[in-house]
Amino acid sequence: MHASMIDLKAKARWVWLETLRIHRRAPETRLASSLSPVEIFVALYYGGVLRFNPTQPLTETRDRCIISKGHGSICMYPILADLGFFAMEELEHVCESGSFLGGIPDPVIPGYETVNGSLGHGLGVATGMALGLNRKGSDRDVFVIAGDGELHEGSNWEAAMFASHHRLDNLNLIVDNNRISMLGHTDDIVSHGRLGDRLGAFGWSCAEVDGHDVDAVCAALHVMKAQRNGAPKALIAHTIKGRGVPGLEDAPLCHIMNPKLETLDRLLGEAS
Amino acid sequence: MTDRPQAMRDALLRRICEAMADDPKLFFVCADFGSPVLDSIRERFPERFVNVGIAEQNLINISAGLALEGYTVFAYAIAPFITMRCYEQIRVSLALLSQVRQLNVNLIGVGAGYSYVVSGPTHQCYEDLTLMRAMPNMAVYSPADHITAAALFDRCLALGGPKYLRLDAQVLPVLYANAQPDMATGFQCHRDGKKLCLVATGYMVHTALKVAERLARSGEQIGVIDLFDLSGFDPERLAESLATYAGIISLEEGFRGRGGLDAMLFDFCARRRLQASLLNIGVEGGYRFEIGSRSELHEQVSIGENAVTERVTRFIAELSGGGTNNEGND
Repeated sequence: MHASMIDLKAKARWVWLETLRIHRRAPETRLASSLSPVEIFVALYYGGVLRFNPTQPLTETRDRCIISKGHGSICMYPILADLGFFAMEELEHVCESGSFLGGIPDPVIPGYETVNGSLGHGLGVATGMALGLNRKGSDRDVFVIAGDGELHEGSNWEAAMFASHHRLDNLNLIVDNNRISMLGHTDDIVSHGRLGDRLGAFGWSCAEVDGHDVDAVCAALHVMKAQRNGAPKALIAHTIKGRGVPGLEDAPLCHIMNPKLETLDRLLGEAS
Repeated sequence: MTDRPQAMRDALLRRICEAMADDPKLFFVCADFGSPVLDSIRERFPERFVNVGIAEQNLINISAGLALEGYTVFAYAIAPFITMRCYEQIRVSLALLSQVRQLNVNLIGVGAGYSYVVSGPTHQCYEDLTLMRAMPNMAVYSPADHITAAALFDRCLALGGPKYLRLDAQVLPVLYANAQPDMATGFQCHRDGKKLCLVATGYMVHTALKVAERLARSGEQIGVIDLFDLSGFDPERLAESLATYAGIISLEEGFRGRGGLDAMLFDFCARRRLQASLLNIGVEGGYRFEIGSRSELHEQVSIGENAVTERVTRFIAELSGGGTNNEGND
């Protein structure tokens, strides 16, 4: 599918609504952290950035997409269903007995590569995959989507050091920088300061983007993917946790908050 | 494989090094930890050797990523660090992920028990058997000599999934000079006994043999089994081998009563409804900072040759007096 054929904004709007619908049916899902990366995933999957094959999710010729921010990726369910990784009907059964779509996505879901939920593992495993692809002589890329909160885990920085030392320029980190973890703003908990500078000091090539401007995200991802200059790359996407949901948006505790049912119903009603 | 005693790690790494020449899918990752044989791996295969530095969490994650890309990975570090520093990485990206993905990662931990004798409790390792056998999908091996350690290489290639190889840091006497260990069975009887059998693993197999030798001089025939595959031993064969004994004694260089070999054997005997009385011998009294030789340290924590001989002698008396094993659990 060519990027230009898709109206990314309309797709992002659809994914946002589907994520609300899933949460309306399955309130166990984390809504706020699944709304901040909507445009990131839409750009990756519909913007011609990622190479993937829904009928053979683990095919050798795919780009690897490691979704590290487990619970905060429920918006991937409608994307994967829409692209044919599994049946659309499955979206009706999230968190129900017998469904493979849970509150935290697992690698039993076609399209998910690694184990989620426990944070801070994605970047390290992705770095190992990037090294493996490099040594195999493959030109495929590895993308990692991590939240800024999980960058508190030190294992990320072990991987960051390693990736730049080994000049893994097939490794692309996208930070969903919504600046809120479970108990408030990361700046009030342990600040990352200027995250781009920190990654830069670790030898990474960094860019920043408005994470809700899907066309800008898409353009930035294409630039990042094309750049092979001996350094791993990071795109810091500035996002809003709980975006578009009154009461949830940017609230310090929105990670563990569910919006009122009438709010959800109003938002879903306005769309139909 | 030469019969001259050598370090387990050198014997195993030599096999790996030889195979890397022919198999481009083998990858070696270490956490800034060496050996003479490792030097030749580094020199000969710079594209498939990587030192992650002192960063065990990353060691595991890099290994998992390489394995997902189809490499058979050997990850190498000091035993307590490659197990406990990065336990969650092992759990999430090896044990858990291997349930749904093919990955072959072999964790080589050097420094079983007290084998880093003067380095103290950070470098000694008495919890790893417990922790590693707690995870489904994780194979756990504990060889007692370098021949077994080298033979494990074939298991590493033949079996997928994550594995933990617990190697001693010291050069131990050769147990399998004349016959290779039976890897498919996972254990080997080294002495037949009448009423009692010592089931030991790693270094403690050598202690068990010495104890059995001493007791033989006073007329007690004690069986000795080297259990080197703690996860995949043949249960039928082990049940057969233990069936005739009135007393079974576990002997390990790890904390007693905390889920190691003793718990494994207790569970096994219960499941198989073996009628034998059980005695568990392992490290007593927690962590220690005393400096001493390995045998001195072992005597202090009740797993030395003298301590074990004494405890087994008491057990014999208890059994013949009709008493039961009423050892407390700490």
